[in-house]
Amino acid sequence: MTRAGAASAAPARAPRRRSPQWAAWAFLAPVVIYLIAFYAYPLYRNLDLSLRHYTVRSFVQGDAPFSGLDNYRTILDNATFWPAFLHTVVFTGVSLLFQFTIGMALAVFFAQNFKLSATLRALFLVPWLLPLIVSASTWSWMLNSDSGVVNFALRSVGIDPVNWLTSPSWALTSVVIANIWIGIPFNLVVLYSGLQAIPSEIYEAAALDGASGWQRFWRVTFPLLRPVSAITLLLGLVYTLKVFDIIWIMTKGGPTDSSTTFATWSYKLGFGTLVPQFGPGAAVGNLLIIMALIFGLLYIRMQRRQVS
Amino acid sequence: MNSRVKTGIGVVLTAIMLFPVYWMVNVSFTKDTDMRHDPPLLFPLHGTLEGYRAVIDQQMPYLGTSLLVGLGTVILTVALSAPAGYSLAKLRPRGGGALSFVLLMAQMIPGIIMAMGFYAIYLKLGVLNSAAGLVLADSTIAVPFGVLIFTAFMSGIPSELINAAKIDGAGTFRTFRSVVLPVSRNAVVTVSLFAFLWAWSDFVFATTLDGGGPRQPITLGIYHYIGNNNQQWNAIMATAVIASIPATLLLILAQRYVAAGVTAGAVKD
Repeated sequence: MTRAGAASAAPARAPRRRSPQWAAWAFLAPVVIYLIAFYAYPLYRNLDLSLRHYTVRSFVQGDAPFSGLDNYRTILDNATFWPAFLHTVVFTGVSLLFQFTIGMALAVFFAQNFKLSATLRALFLVPWLLPLIVSASTWSWMLNSDSGVVNFALRSVGIDPVNWLTSPSWALTSVVIANIWIGIPFNLVVLYSGLQAIPSEIYEAAALDGASGWQRFWRVTFPLLRPVSAITLLLGLVYTLKVFDIIWIMTKGGPTDSSTTFATWSYKLGFGTLVPQFGPGAAVGNLLIIMALIFGLLYIRMQRRQVS
Repeated sequence: MNSRVKTGIGVVLTAIMLFPVYWMVNVSFTKDTDMRHDPPLLFPLHGTLEGYRAVIDQQMPYLGTSLLVGLGTVILTVALSAPAGYSLAKLRPRGGGALSFVLLMAQMIPGIIMAMGFYAIYLKLGVLNSAAGLVLADSTIAVPFGVLIFTAFMSGIPSELINAAKIDGAGTFRTFRSVVLPVSRNAVVTVSLFAFLWAWSDFVFATTLDGGGPRQPITLGIYHYIGNNNQQWNAIMATAVIASIPATLLLILAQRYVAAGVTAGAVKD
């Protein structure tokens, strides 16, 4: 029976053998269709949104008039634009600086393979794995002005308490602190795996030459880790640019836009107000895409170069 | 520095890093009346289970939806990305390189922008506020990652194995199902774990596409809690603790897959 079945199936298989391309694309087809329908089309809709003048009514009916770059002009003239731009740059830059430095220090520390180091390193992953809403709400309560444990700690060492989330001068700092905490594990894990790739003979040679621990780091580890570091930072940059959840949950971009970034501004325009402004919201979103893709392309170039 | 001192320092550093997690657990057991106690109670010595009772009374439907959406996302993601990974790794389609490039770029598109596009489409199709719509949107986070992981893993499968199956008379699909998939178990586990975790943790798509639905995920359960009753922090934190269970289980049961997943995109050796 089986043999007969196999024999009769053979002719049907013959054309496939003649054109392996056919089979290759048959396996790819679902993902290609998927990418067109659920990536390209939403992105196209977003672009379309940003080029039309939408009201709630025309959003539902889909007959909004084409308005060219009006939405982009609107957001450029908006008083929120430059503060949001500055906050995006500060949020991303400061987060990366601390995530990377702390992650690097921890990676070097954990690379020394002491007892329990593997277990402790695994525990460091927890903040990265928790749902962002969990981390964000925990930090919200820890940073609460009156009853938060952070202000309690400050008071007990004689520092005046801070209105972390409710004062315009501290809100951005607060979300940056939470974001650094979330990002350390990623930097630690990637840099650690980069360290593992450095042959130990190089360290032994450096030690024989009488290099101190500090010298070994700056003269051996750091230069050899440069490609991995660049990739970590670029990928971190792309991830950090699009952070929305943490900021929105902790401060909603406030008070008075003091922690608004492009990501939260875009959401606020489209969904966060009583009268949605889908066009300008989509326009801000598209600016964010451009920023992310520039660094994304840089990242891919870096990675290609490293592989080859 | 000897090893024991290093272990000591390591424990202290880990304790500092995990303090917020401890604080979440601590607050989840704290009585309402002690919530604004000064100084804050550092240990839940006279704790309460009120918070967890509130979770059982109010949050079970949210947890159910999240579980359903998470599993749906896993199935969809694996079904789409495993065949694609096989094709890119072993069948060498013309244009495969370009597709890999598109997938890498797709990973970098901010979720909030995808959400806005999806919102416009779902509104027109009338599928806002549905679990299926959420599964579809959540899968966009995981599918590009899935294809990249499967491609990397399946490239490592020896071609002799695949050729042997062909000689035995298996077609391309049969080879994929009976030979390639079974030996790719590790990749399937890694992709499934991350797809589940991302769908479970998703807030952006949930709040834009399912904000008014009858079946909402746990992330929205917590979000509504924060918005509605600012006083019941033990209930909020108890929900947060429950919502952290999948991540914790993952770390305990599948640590090596997690580390593999984190580094997969970034470093190639």
